[in-house]
Amino acid sequence: MSDSHGHDSLPGLAHQFDSYEQQRESASLGMWAFIVQEVMFFGGLFVTYLVYRREYAAAFAAGSHHLDVKLGAFNTAVLIASSLTMALAVRAAQLGKKKPLIGFLVGTILLGSVFLGVKTVEYSHKWHEHHVPGPHFAFESTGVHGEPIDPHNAQIFFSLYFAMTGLHALHMIVGIAILLWLIFHAARGRFTPDNYNYVEGTGLYWHFVDIIWIFLFPLLYLIGRH
Amino acid sequence: MSAHVSPVRTYVVIFLALMAGTALTVWAAFQDLGALNNVVMLTIAVVKATLVVMYFMHVRHSSRLTTMTILAGIFFLLILFSLTLADYATRDWLTVAGH
Repeated sequence: MSDSHGHDSLPGLAHQFDSYEQQRESASLGMWAFIVQEVMFFGGLFVTYLVYRREYAAAFAAGSHHLDVKLGAFNTAVLIASSLTMALAVRAAQLGKKKPLIGFLVGTILLGSVFLGVKTVEYSHKWHEHHVPGPHFAFESTGVHGEPIDPHNAQIFFSLYFAMTGLHALHMIVGIAILLWLIFHAARGRFTPDNYNYVEGTGLYWHFVDIIWIFLFPLLYLIGRH
Repeated sequence: MSAHVSPVRTYVVIFLALMAGTALTVWAAFQDLGALNNVVMLTIAVVKATLVVMYFMHVRHSSRLTTMTILAGIFFLLILFSLTLADYATRDWLTVAGH
């Protein structure tokens, strides 16, 4: 009972855990509890989208047609690639390979930055086209098939577009900040095959953000395209 | 005991499957499948998300407690969707006096 600060012979093992395995399991479970509440958080926006799209299907299709499918698909590929580099970073940490770990973390940041860069270009297009909700919003009053639509309802589509992609982008920015922090500690050799929980947890978070985009891309960009 | 380490090959195969799924969902969106368009789109998205969860997020090798936590999350998400739709989707089923 003399050891109240940690296990002297087991570096990186917090005193409340019996083993690295128990510590890893606890960290993973905690991260999943966080991700599950994030799912409910985004779920509120997805259910709002569903309710309004049922109501204003034609206006949503018309709004969707003003999004760039090529840029959206490109960004989806970029984000999936960043999930691959993130998964390989976690693998490098599991094996205690410092240089590949840092390399894959840097790669993940670069791909994440490309995604945000493309998003900035898209937002800028929307701004110039007056598709940003607010006093300067303007939209045509005919739908994809020539049917009359209320521009106000298209504004609801773009409100949800900016709320959902904006919240997603915010998660990406936070993710990149955490990745920078990881690189700092990885360079100092803080992660070992026994204790790489921060890398694993960040990986879970990054993949979760990827999953949100996997749903956002078809729901926002690909409505009524045929 | 150390955590399970997946081979690089697994990650690359999943990555390629996710890329193929993305291409497929874009292609399918431009085909006229009627009401099925939404079903196809969401099915592909759910398959892609499942691949990410099982392989990239290691749930395939995680404890039952973690699996249970995720299933509980999905369960509550379904409650959010089904109870909301039970309201909005059924509002015009009955004609209420004065409306």
